[in-house]
Amino acid sequence: MQGNEACVEGALDAGVRFYAGYPITPSSEIAEDFAAKLPPLGGKFIQMEDEIASMAAVVGASLAGQKAVTATSGPGFSLKQEIIGFATMVEAPCVIMNVQRAGPSTGLPTSPAQGDVMQARWGTHGDHPALVLCPSSVTDAYLLSFQAVNWAERFRTPVIVLLDETIGHLRERVRLPGREEMVISSRKQPHGDPETFQPYEITDEDLIPPLPPYGGGYRFHTTGLYHDETGFPSNRPEVTDRLLNRLHEKIDKYKETLFLYESYGLRQANQLIISYGASARSAKAAWRKAREKGLLVGLLILKTIWPFPEEIVTQAGHDKNNIVVAEMNKGQLIGEVERVMDKRIPIRGANRADGVLITPEQILAKLEGVN
Amino acid sequence: MARYEIRLSGAGGQGLILAGIILSEAVVRFTDKEVIQTQSYGPEARGGASKAEVIISDEEIDYPQVNKPDFLLALTQEAYNKYNRDLKEYGTMVVDERVDISPRGGPTYAVPIQRLTQEKLGTRMVVNVVSLALFNKLHEVVETEKLKTIILERVPKGTEELNKKALELGEELANNLNQFKIKGKEEEEE
Repeated sequence: MQGNEACVEGALDAGVRFYAGYPITPSSEIAEDFAAKLPPLGGKFIQMEDEIASMAAVVGASLAGQKAVTATSGPGFSLKQEIIGFATMVEAPCVIMNVQRAGPSTGLPTSPAQGDVMQARWGTHGDHPALVLCPSSVTDAYLLSFQAVNWAERFRTPVIVLLDETIGHLRERVRLPGREEMVISSRKQPHGDPETFQPYEITDEDLIPPLPPYGGGYRFHTTGLYHDETGFPSNRPEVTDRLLNRLHEKIDKYKETLFLYESYGLRQANQLIISYGASARSAKAAWRKAREKGLLVGLLILKTIWPFPEEIVTQAGHDKNNIVVAEMNKGQLIGEVERVMDKRIPIRGANRADGVLITPEQILAKLEGVN
Repeated sequence: MARYEIRLSGAGGQGLILAGIILSEAVVRFTDKEVIQTQSYGPEARGGASKAEVIISDEEIDYPQVNKPDFLLALTQEAYNKYNRDLKEYGTMVVDERVDISPRGGPTYAVPIQRLTQEKLGTRMVVNVVSLALFNKLHEVVETEKLKTIILERVPKGTEELNKKALELGEELANNLNQFKIKGKEEEEE
């Protein structure tokens, strides 16, 4: 199975029944596969006129009760940003799959890159939270897409699956847990009287309001403006403050459960490699080679990159004397590593941004004592 | 087997990417080995040189790119020129008989793949399946019947018989491969 196909399978198994998109290399197989698989399941596939409209259709489908997904690559991801912000504000669960290619602009359509790490965090304006998952295998592509849909539903927020061309087009053996281990989450439903329903009233500890489907009897208003529990606009400072804080807190509260990662040989190590996505494949090869050479190196592969897994990174790195961050950009996530680590620990980037998968040798070269 | 890197190359449209996909699927479904398939991809590949790469290994495959192929198939001159350089010194090379190659050390075979496919099957459309069957027989990745199962699932309806014949032709070529062997560098010098 290909990485892009695995994303579709994961999303379908999590209950996705709506896809709207505008095809773009290297993500097109996702659209192609949804187009083939959704109609027989009673779902809807729509090819929209552009990426902005596709994102808006996804938000509409979500508010009408469907689990909804779109997929794109860099140029389309840029276009979707405004509506991603709208989804964040109205708390419409949805998943955006971005199969990264080299940018800026149309860049290199068929080459891998990890240049959208910061865009996935801060692409849409305003001081918003972000949930971003990065697969580094085809198995990951399935599991993280499944997880993304679950988290979108549970937290009522957009979730981004950030792939790259290498993982999107890779075919390899997929190992999946049994069905019984795959628990599906769906948005909460209201139970009170529809006449007195307040769409953004918070009664639960998790700070997340229930979301009934449009057309289901509960009437409500959605707006990108700051709004109170009635769903109608308000510019009162206390309403603004309460809503923005809640949008952050509903995720921050459960942050520890959101940090997905793999780690290898951290304890018996004095150096550490940190990587994610396709780069993590090369990082693992570099880690293996370093170990064969007798170097004491640990490896941390991040699957959740936003919220940034601060505690996981500091715990893995605090006792090391060299940290290498491998990524296919000019250095994006390394800034976060530098932010959270003790300033006395040297941190080096192993970077490549020419459309070619970073090699294990490039990463090895940043370790101490290789030669 | 330790990590074994395979590169199937030819002209865009010859179906070598499909051959790579079928091979990797065969490994996943019928062996317990690890496998990875990647491809050169995009508008620049259409008509020009195109390649599909497969890595087979007993162990986990981390770095997914082919670095130094152990096996190269080149059906066209352009593909040979573009993709032969990093072949392992003693890796195996199978080229179409019309491809001009430089003398080298490893086992090298110039096989009339395209000509015989045309002569015996009346079309070159299945040159990918002939090549795939040749490779599979040579390396005994999976049994013939198993490979056939996947080929028949993957090819367009109505071409099943043609593809079965292509499979047979590929295996026949593999069985007679020694008659297509090209003398190596050292042998020529002697």
